[in-house]
Amino acid sequence: MVTALRPKPGPVRSYRFPEFIDQKLPSGIRVVTAPVRKLPVVTVLVIIDAGSTNDPTDKEGVAALTAGLLLEGTARLNGAALTEKFERLGTSLESGADWDSAFVKITALSDKLEAATILLGEALSEPAFPEREVERLKAERLAEILQLETEPRGLADEKFSEFLYSPESRYSKPDEGSTESVSGLSRADVQEFYRARYRTGSTTVIVTGDISADDARALVGRAFQGWASGSASSAKLITASRSSRKTVHIVHKQDAPQSELRVGHVGVPRKHPKFFSTLVMNAVLGGLFGSRINLNLREVHGYTYGASSYYDWRRGAGPFVVSTAVQSEVTAPALREIFFEIERIRSESISGEELSLAKDYLDGVFPIRYETTAAIASALASLVIYELPADYYDTYRRNIRDVSSDGVLDAAKAHLHPHELQTIVVGDARVIRDSLAQLDIGDLQIHES
Amino acid sequence: MRIPVETLRLDNGLFVTLSEDHTAPIVAVNLWYHVGSANEKTGRTGFAHLFEHMLFQGSAHVGSNEHFELIQRAGGTLNGSTWLERTNYFETVPSNELALALWLEADRMGELLPAMTQEKLDTQRDVVKNERRWAVDNQPYGTMLEKLQELVFPPTHPFQHSLIGSMEDLSAASLDDVAQFFATYYTPDNAVLSVAGDFDSAIARSLISGYFGPIPRGKGKPPLPPMTLSPVFGTRLREVVHDNVSLTRLFLAFRSPVFGSDDYYAASVAAALLGMRKGSRLHRALVRDRQVAADAGAFTFDLAKGSDLLVIDVTARPEISVAQLEEEVEREVDLIHREGVSTEEVERAVALIETDLIASLQSAGERADRLSMFATYFGQPELINEQVDRYRSVSTQRVNELVVARFGENNRASLIYVPREGVETESMLAAAAGAS
Repeated sequence: MVTALRPKPGPVRSYRFPEFIDQKLPSGIRVVTAPVRKLPVVTVLVIIDAGSTNDPTDKEGVAALTAGLLLEGTARLNGAALTEKFERLGTSLESGADWDSAFVKITALSDKLEAATILLGEALSEPAFPEREVERLKAERLAEILQLETEPRGLADEKFSEFLYSPESRYSKPDEGSTESVSGLSRADVQEFYRARYRTGSTTVIVTGDISADDARALVGRAFQGWASGSASSAKLITASRSSRKTVHIVHKQDAPQSELRVGHVGVPRKHPKFFSTLVMNAVLGGLFGSRINLNLREVHGYTYGASSYYDWRRGAGPFVVSTAVQSEVTAPALREIFFEIERIRSESISGEELSLAKDYLDGVFPIRYETTAAIASALASLVIYELPADYYDTYRRNIRDVSSDGVLDAAKAHLHPHELQTIVVGDARVIRDSLAQLDIGDLQIHES
Repeated sequence: MRIPVETLRLDNGLFVTLSEDHTAPIVAVNLWYHVGSANEKTGRTGFAHLFEHMLFQGSAHVGSNEHFELIQRAGGTLNGSTWLERTNYFETVPSNELALALWLEADRMGELLPAMTQEKLDTQRDVVKNERRWAVDNQPYGTMLEKLQELVFPPTHPFQHSLIGSMEDLSAASLDDVAQFFATYYTPDNAVLSVAGDFDSAIARSLISGYFGPIPRGKGKPPLPPMTLSPVFGTRLREVVHDNVSLTRLFLAFRSPVFGSDDYYAASVAAALLGMRKGSRLHRALVRDRQVAADAGAFTFDLAKGSDLLVIDVTARPEISVAQLEEEVEREVDLIHREGVSTEEVERAVALIETDLIASLQSAGERADRLSMFATYFGQPELINEQVDRYRSVSTQRVNELVVARFGENNRASLIYVPREGVETESMLAAAAGAS
């Protein structure tokens, strides 16, 4: 039969994150190029410092709406014609805004790249923002918000943000805006947002794949000629908590067969001196299949299909969150286990086995993360958005390996706050409220979904 | 652009495909077992998938959950998935850990049963029941797959029953079922092993024959009941589901040519032309121009036996009624059925498909999975290199013939989700909140 003898690993083959060149064009646009010759594919990722944290108060959603409208028509081509042109070239095409930036991404075959990039430059520098498309994208966003009412996962995420952050924080509201804010947006708001933020000094074009650095830079120079110069400043972001006391919010959903759970508090910003020890700490707590929270809730108790924890890394302090869905009847014991695991990782050192599992995984998986042009482009975007050092990817694995169990314990003590944990449950309040009231995890508040 | 493909077959029947690429020190190992929910017996719906969970619970020389731990410790990623016609298991690891991934797969193919216990089965049963609650019961439109299967396949057809399974059938699954299923289907002659990425062919061949060679051939599997279906439903099928959803959504399904056949490529192009991306017919007509839909798409199931399904998926805007939604979608289908498609539309669809195909082959895991797929269904892994040409050779006329043959009124099945009214009222909420 199959040998009992476990194979030993062979000698490690070296790997380097793709080399890239980071330069500014005379226009002020930053161009980052990483030639990767594997298959005839190129990704162009444009990132603009025009993410949702720049939404003016009461105009939440304007960043996302503006980014969506970039591909909905220029002075010469209406939205349908522009889309048709991109797609006849076989271009896969996407635009949007997250908290920290607006982005437009295309992936094209090498022989179609030039035409697709020129078209992209035209779309981004001369958007017409047609009134009809503004209203259509608004209506589609409103339909999406309506969908959330019956979608427990999305609803739990949204309620978690709302109950976690102070109402003045942009993070407390949906990144793409609420019914109220989106309904109030106008074409003029979009034009104003575009004028203020879409400028050469705020824009980076990342080109990865089957093209030389020189060709890529020349192409970007030609395609993005018509941009307004200068850059936009950003207002200071508020990331204060809504409450420093533990609270349990039940969002009632009649007859829900499961409770969607989110437990957490305000975390730390992406650019943080203890980033690596915090990352390893979370991998042990809930970042891997073999992490404590998943093994406990899924493999020991069978409460759930899966449970994880993560820091949502943003420029400002994003949330730390434990996320899972459990059978309604075991909501209270599952929460007790989650609180137990958060407390435990702060109070005693993790074992050598746990430390090596987390570090070996994060170290070893590194090359697997950058197999595609899109993944490499997205990694380079992180350098730009979070202002990470140019050697970040060359030193990443060493930084992971340098984390010690003391470092993990320090990170857990510094960045996990059991007494501030906010618990959000989207589930059937009738079934769970009594057992939750008996746990020492905060006062109970019940909300209609 | 060609992906290199080598093949070999071990004496025990295991079919092996190898594809080298040394651009990064990564290797993907992928196993397809030619068994899926279609092979389940009566009263055991969901078993193929529950069994997939059991394969991560250890084997003769591997502890419970150790498979996950060893691969992650090696810096690898892994998972498994179950479909109507197959179950696959896959890991991508740093290339110096190829032997580990192969050994782990061999150990569970060779000697799973010593590690199986009632306790593990009970826990995984609970996990799977929670997977069902999470992905199906507590998710808007989550019952789509099983309701569609039930609607479009005849009662005794192997594709007719639920893949995730009923709670009742999951409860009934026993350790005996595990042993029997393993002996019948998890045999080398019912599997394809693919390795893609950074490896040396001679070393890989020797590792594979060393680890998998000693595993005995199976005793054969029972034949599936007759799978063949007529090319059209022959009648109009329709089911309305009142459910906890916010927006009305229509899944309009057509019987279509099985995956891999010449006509399949015409059907796949038709689906892309109708529903792939924002320039597609349905998106343009229903979302952009008439603004009756919040979203529109189309896809094929890619079933290799019996009959494939081409499905149109349109979500209505909030103010649009069921009748309006159906009328708008059917109007588009009638139009294409009556007037056919243009060459420009075919070209757009093929261009998009080609970019996606090539971009996806950048990943070693994807290459290995497709090699396994073409080897399992057709015994021809080298089909991976023919896909672009197959799509490029689809003519407008071919698409039009497909559309005439399959989009008629006698081949439409509608599954419609409609928001249930007023389920959660103020008084119920008050009752839930109680006196606190």
